[in-house]
Amino acid sequence: MFLQHVADGILSGAIISLGAIGLTLTMRILRFANFAHSELLTWGAYSALVFVGFFMAMDEALGGPIGPLSFGWALVAAAVLAGGLTAAVALLLDRVVFARLRGHAGHMTLVFASFGVALLVRNVILMGFGPDPFYYSNELQIAVRVGAVRVMPDQIFVLGLTAVLVVLLHLFMTRSRTGVHMRAVAENPSLARTSGVDVDAIVRWTWVIGATGAAVAGVLYGLTVQLRPELGFSLILPLFAAAILGGTGSLYGAVIGGLVVGLSENLSVMVIPSGYKPAVPFLLILAILYFRPQGLFGEPR
Amino acid sequence: MSGALLRAEGVVAGYRPDSPILHGVSAEVGRGEVVTIIGPNGAGKSTLVKAIAGLVAVSDGSIRLAGNEIANTPAHRLPARGVAYVPQTDNVFGTLTVHENLRLGAAPLPRRAAARRFDAAYAAFPVLGERRDRKAHVLSGGQRQMLALARALVPEPELILLDEPTAGLAPRVAAEVLALVRGLAARGVAVLMVEQNARAALGVSDRGYVLVEGRNRLEGRAAEIAANADLGAVFLGRRPPVRRPAPRAGAG
Amino acid sequence: MTGVFSYLVFFLVIALILGVAVLGLNLQWGFTGLFNAGVAGFMAVGGYAAAILIGPSRDAVAGGFELPFVVGLAGAMAAAGAAAAVVGVATLRLREEYLAVATFGIAISIQLVALNWEYLTGGTLGLIGIPNPAAQLADGPLARNVLYLGIVLAAAGLAYAGLGRIVQSPWGRTLKAIREDETAAASLGKNPVRLRLEAFVLGSAIMGLAGGLYVGFIGYVSPFDFQPILTFQIWTMLIVGGSANNRGALLGAVLVWAIWTTSGFIVSKVVPPDLQAQSGALQAVLIGLLLVAMLLFRPRGLIGEEEHVSRHVRP
Repeated sequence: MFLQHVADGILSGAIISLGAIGLTLTMRILRFANFAHSELLTWGAYSALVFVGFFMAMDEALGGPIGPLSFGWALVAAAVLAGGLTAAVALLLDRVVFARLRGHAGHMTLVFASFGVALLVRNVILMGFGPDPFYYSNELQIAVRVGAVRVMPDQIFVLGLTAVLVVLLHLFMTRSRTGVHMRAVAENPSLARTSGVDVDAIVRWTWVIGATGAAVAGVLYGLTVQLRPELGFSLILPLFAAAILGGTGSLYGAVIGGLVVGLSENLSVMVIPSGYKPAVPFLLILAILYFRPQGLFGEPR
Repeated sequence: MSGALLRAEGVVAGYRPDSPILHGVSAEVGRGEVVTIIGPNGAGKSTLVKAIAGLVAVSDGSIRLAGNEIANTPAHRLPARGVAYVPQTDNVFGTLTVHENLRLGAAPLPRRAAARRFDAAYAAFPVLGERRDRKAHVLSGGQRQMLALARALVPEPELILLDEPTAGLAPRVAAEVLALVRGLAARGVAVLMVEQNARAALGVSDRGYVLVEGRNRLEGRAAEIAANADLGAVFLGRRPPVRRPAPRAGAG
Repeated sequence: MTGVFSYLVFFLVIALILGVAVLGLNLQWGFTGLFNAGVAGFMAVGGYAAAILIGPSRDAVAGGFELPFVVGLAGAMAAAGAAAAVVGVATLRLREEYLAVATFGIAISIQLVALNWEYLTGGTLGLIGIPNPAAQLADGPLARNVLYLGIVLAAAGLAYAGLGRIVQSPWGRTLKAIREDETAAASLGKNPVRLRLEAFVLGSAIMGLAGGLYVGFIGYVSPFDFQPILTFQIWTMLIVGGSANNRGALLGAVLVWAIWTTSGFIVSKVVPPDLQAQSGALQAVLIGLLLVAMLLFRPRGLIGEEEHVSRHVRP
């Protein structure tokens, strides 16, 4: 039983990690806690649902499962399009709301605006799709036994994809010119600007990377759990817990933080009634802020 | 100095349009010339340099580089136009490696040109070449100042703006940095620097300006300024200089 | 005519109870700059505390002390203040957005406790039969509501006057100074963390008071009375009225509650009943748009802050 909880924890932790990477980047580069970030997961998940519907309408065969997985190429293509659409929405929200408040308003006003934006996005989705859950596919999957643990092929896919995306992001941040510029802006925007970095362009990159990661995380959540309008709302605390645990701005910290949150949530049910599971990330946040506010991987200030 | 590279005239600038810090300051720097700005605290020395670097809004006057107006150019466009700026503090990216810091310097360059410049930087600052993959926050104060200079020089600027380059450095290291500054001018770069350590800075400068309360007070050859008795009164602290208002309480 | 009048009384009771919570939030955000993302949670703590203290005793559920209403309100304030201290101590010395995250978290956790800890909260059924203090003195629903409106007016008036005095006191002026320039205030020997903690706890206690007043009026408490949307409503009231202005806070409460109830009425007429979730979402979208639009186009609210503090010239 313990090992099963560990396996489930790693799986949900991987999805949280992917979402938390974008959140930690926003907190570091845009310098505000974006409560609307997790709504981008919901947005991505539901837009992929719409795209899957499109592809299936075009050609039924696209929906056919790939190997042992529950989904077909339709979902893969839909996830890519959903990533693009979610990035576009994030850029639009920045243009219409956040960019106008940046600079002249106090930075907590940005946090506040993100609160309002989250409410808007969540309820627009609720209006469009209603409160009932959706699934990408109705295919039944046969669980695979790995030692004492049962896992679905989809879950292995989720883990593999997350690992690949984290490695790609690592290479981007260390090798590419834009990645190095992003890290420079994260540390010292003014010095980056006078060195010749177009900080506005870096801000747009941050939104694009964060929103794409969020959309993929949302699709993976929809794939392994289900699509609900409160999908993002229920992930606000886990994502913040992962970002704060890892040390705000630390990419690898967010990944480890996500795994810690996923594992703690799943293992908690062995000690406390499962009804309290959603409070676990909050307890982690309180504990880390009391004892190590710079996070596990942050440097003390 | 009609052929000056940088010519600032009547610059009015500040963080708030209704209360400028500079009230019409003028200054010139020629190619191959080191010019130092001195003055008491709050005179607007750093503000002048930041206004030229595009970090402080200029509400009146002009700043010309080789005849072209550059006032209020967005700060990130200036390196491409040949202006480099090294701030007083936090002038390296501590979480980045030495080499990544130099890559930041190459931001205004096309990708292909960068590699050659890095080699030149490591040749000029061997101490950085030895620490290429170290994080910049482990460097000593002097090495950081070298790295900041090296980064600013990667795009081969025509004008370099230095805000207190020797602040916080041991006297021997400070002298080393100032000698480097002199060496830059020998290569044809125009240098405009702000210094608290006025005597040492004037020692390597060609000319100097004295600012007091956001206005030009004095200008001339560096040696003359250093010898000027008035000067000691103004900012070397022989008697209390310009009286500053006592700090006000937080709430009014 | 009596129908309209009795509805107006009912409306005003709720609007003013929410107005009390807005006053608490105003102390935190308007005067101190603290972002509380869990207003509903602190109101819930107050509501449950009051219900346990004044409610009738019953089997299998804690509390039911049948204490006087005023004791219930005091307990509501104490409990909400204590909850605020838990998150405040952890976060107020850190980056300011951590308070936002932690308050959001405690509100979620409070809701989980309300849903799951049946012994204390009655679970999803909640606690019912909470005595209405006005019922003992007045006959009939209208007289009762009018009397309760008097109680709420007294509470709101006390909170308004008290906060007005506090804001003008040396303590309140230091709070504002800290909000404007923490380093300058700290250099005068004030401990900003301690002052902010005091303001945060006091503000949350006032939210707890609002929760207690609410429970005393409707006569029961359940987890569904303090949903996250309530936090948004309170915030919108503050922003619409104008933060750092207590008159604006009360005006915003009445105005936004009027918009909310009217929009709810219209939506219920227009949207078919089987789309109940969607019509709730439509109302939430309206309030979200109102909030974001106010932030963008009229950030000072309908009544802006009165200028008391000198402007600092930053170097």
